[in-house]
Amino acid sequence: MAEVLVYVDHVDGAVRKPTLELLTLARRLGEPVALALGPGAEATAAVLAEHGAVKVLTADAPEFADYLVVPKVDALQAAHAAVSPAAVLLPSSAETKEIAARFALRTGSGLITDATDLEAGDDGPVATQAVFAAAYTTTSRVSQGTPVITVKPNSAPVEAAPAAGAVEALTVTFGELATGTKVVSRTPRESTGRPELTEAAIVVSGGRGVNGAENFGIIEALADSLGAAVGASRAAVDAGWYPHASQVGQTGKSVAPQLYIASGISGAIQHRAGMQTSKTIVAVNKDAEAPIFDLVDYGVVGDLFDVVPQLTEEIKNRKG
Amino acid sequence: MSLRIVVCVKYVPDATGDRSFADDLTVDRDDVDGLLSELDEYAVEQALQIADEADDAEITVLTVGPEDAKDALRKALSMGADKAIHVEDDDLHGTDVIGTSLVLAKAIERAGYDLVITGMASTDGAMGVLPAVLAERLGVPQVTLLSEVKVEDGTVTGRRDGDTASERLEASLPAVVSVTDQSGEARYPSFKGIMAAKKKPVEALDLSDLGIEADEVGLAGARTVVVSAAERPARTAGTIVKDEGEGGKQLAEFLAGQKFI
Ligand SMILES: Cc1cc2nc3c(=O)[nH]c(=O)nc-3n(C[C@H](O)[C@H](O)[C@@H](O)COP(=O)(O)OP(=O)(O)OC[C@H]3O[C@@H](n4cnc5c(N)ncnc54)[C@H](O)[C@@H]3O)c2cc1C
Ligand SMILES: Cc1cc2nc3c(=O)[nH]c(=O)nc-3n(C[C@H](O)[C@H](O)[C@H](O)COP(=O)(O)OP(=O)(O)OC[C@H]3O[C@@H](n4cnc5c(N)ncnc54)[C@H](O)[C@@H]3O)c2cc1C
Repeated sequence: MAEVLVYVDHVDGAVRKPTLELLTLARRLGEPVALALGPGAEATAAVLAEHGAVKVLTADAPEFADYLVVPKVDALQAAHAAVSPAAVLLPSSAETKEIAARFALRTGSGLITDATDLEAGDDGPVATQAVFAAAYTTTSRVSQGTPVITVKPNSAPVEAAPAAGAVEALTVTFGELATGTKVVSRTPRESTGRPELTEAAIVVSGGRGVNGAENFGIIEALADSLGAAVGASRAAVDAGWYPHASQVGQTGKSVAPQLYIASGISGAIQHRAGMQTSKTIVAVNKDAEAPIFDLVDYGVVGDLFDVVPQLTEEIKNRKG
Repeated sequence: MSLRIVVCVKYVPDATGDRSFADDLTVDRDDVDGLLSELDEYAVEQALQIADEADDAEITVLTVGPEDAKDALRKALSMGADKAIHVEDDDLHGTDVIGTSLVLAKAIERAGYDLVITGMASTDGAMGVLPAVLAERLGVPQVTLLSEVKVEDGTVTGRRDGDTASERLEASLPAVVSVTDQSGEARYPSFKGIMAAKKKPVEALDLSDLGIEADEVGLAGARTVVVSAAERPARTAGTIVKDEGEGGKQLAEFLAGQKFI
C-alpha cells in the first residue's frame, strides 16, 4: 500500500489535534508515515501510532528552533526522499503552509492549501476547498509531482486506528538557505486555559456590540459554561478589547466548530470568511437587519447584555 | 546607496461583490469589479515608511494580472510608490501559485532589488504562501507575516505573531518580507498623489520579456487542476426570534435540542 507522509504539528512532544485529524484523512489514501521535528519529536510517537502512523520519522537539531521555516523544509525534503510517498499532508497553519509551499516548489509538485476534505481519486487525492469566503466549494487535485496538501483544522474526526508507529531517526542535511532568517527571540503565548480557538468544538465570539474590554467577561462566562473558546471580530480587536490572537476572520483565525455563537457581530464578509463553515451558527444582535442573520440556524434579535447572561444562567441551570 | 524596494500587489475581484467562477473553472474576472487587494495596501504602506527612513530609496510596484490590473498599480502609485511594472500576457490565464511565483521572481530579478515586500495573503486565492515560494525561488531569506518591520544597515528585523508564540526575526538583505494588517493602517492617496500617479511610469512586460515559456504558466503549466466549483447551497433559513425577555432561555432550549447542552 502507498505511503502518505504526514507532517506533525506538535509543541514539545504534545501533538496538536489537527495532526490527528490528518491521520484519519491520510488513511483514506494509504499508510501514514509521520514526520516529527524538533524537541520532543520522539515523544509524539505513541499518540501517532495510536492514530494510524505505521512509522514515525524524527529529527531534532538547533536549526529547527533558531531559524525560520527553511530547516523544516530541508527535513521534509529528506523525509520525502526516504519514503517516496503518494502524497504529503500538512495541517494548515501559517508556518506549515509555508513549509508545504517551499517544499512543493523544490520537488516540482503542485500545492493545495486549506483543504476541508480529502478523498482518494483515480488521478490522486481530490481535495475540497471552501473559497471566496466559503461562498463556493471547489474540488481540485494535483497534476504534477507529489500532491502536497494542507488541511484545515476540524476537517475530519480523530479516530483511533492503532499501528506500529516504529520510530526511525531521519538524517537531515541543511542547505545554504536554512540559516537565512534568524529567530532572535520567542515569547510563548500565554495560555487562557480555554480550548485552542481553531480546534474548539464550540466558539463564542464578541464584536463591536460588546462595547468595551470590561464587557468581554459576559462573552467569556458564556464560553466557560459551554467549555468553548472565545473569539472576537476585528472591530473588537482593533478597539483593544480582546487580543489579536482571538480574531476570527480573513486576517484572523479561520474556525469551523460544531457551534459558533456570534454576539454583537454584524457579519461582514471578512468575518464570515473565517466562520462560515461552522456546523451550527447562532447570533445575538439587536439589529434584525444584520447580515449575520442570513447565516444563522438560530438568531435572537435583542440586546446581548440581556440575552447572553440569561443564556449563560440557563446553561448552568441545565447542566446542574 | 539606494535601497531598491519591490512591492508585489495583486488585482483581485472585489470581495463585497458576487465573486464566481468562469466555465473553465478559473476566476470570473468579467462580471465583478476588481481592485488592489486590500491586504497589499499594508505592504505599500510599509514600503513607504521604510523608504522614508532610508537615505535614498526607490519603490517599484509589481503586478501580474490582466489589463485592468493597472488599476491596482495606479492605486499603489497614488499612495506614493515611484514606478510600476505590469506583467500581462494571455498565456497567464489560470496560473497557479507556483507559476505566479516564477513570473514575479523573473520580473523582480530583472528590475533589481534589495527588498521585496508583499501582503500577508491575497483576498481571493488567500493561500498566504506566495512570499515563501518567492523567497525560495530568489534564494533569499523569507521574513514573513510581520506585524512590525524595520530595515536598517542592510538588515531587516520584525515581529511575527504565530499560533503558539511571538517571534523576533532578523535577516540580511536582500530578503522577501510579508506584512500583516497589524503592521499599521495604510494611508489614503492624497489628491496630489492621485494626480502625480498619472505621470509615473508603468512598464509593461510579457512572458517573452521575462524569458518564460507559455507552458510554464497558465492552465497549461499549472500543477493543480480544479475539478469542480459550485456555489455553496444557501443555508436553510434559520429560526429568528425577537427577545421579549426570554430570548436567552429560548436560545438555551435550541442549544439543548441540538445536544450542545
Ligand atoms: C479561489 C482560488 C483558489 C486557489 N487555489 C489554489 C491552489 O490550491 N493551488 C494553487 O497553486 N493556486 C491556487 N490558486 C491560484 C493562486 O491563488 C494564484 O495563482 C496566485 O496569484 C498566488 O496565490 P494567492 O493569490 O493565494 O496569493 P497569496 O499567497 O495569498 O498572496 C500573498 C501576496 O503575494 C502577492 N501576490 C500574489 N499574487 C500576485 C500577483 N498575481 N501579482 C503580484 N503580487 C501577487 C501579493 O503581495 C499578496 O499579498 C487559487 C486561486 C483562487 C482565486
Ligand atoms: C482587509 C480586511 C480584512 C479584515 N479582516 C477581518 C477579520 O479577520 N475579522 C473580522 O471580524 N473583520 C475583519 N475585517 C473587518 C470587517 O470588514 C468588519 O469591519 C468587522 O468584522 C466588523 O466587526 P463587528 O461585526 O464586530 O462590528 P460592526 O460591523 O460594527 O457590528 C457590530 C454589531 O453589533 C450590534 N450591536 C451593537 N450593540 C449591540 C448590543 N447591545 N446587543 C446586540 N447587538 C449589538 C450591531 O447591531 C452591529 O450589527 C477586515 C476588513 C478588511 C478591509
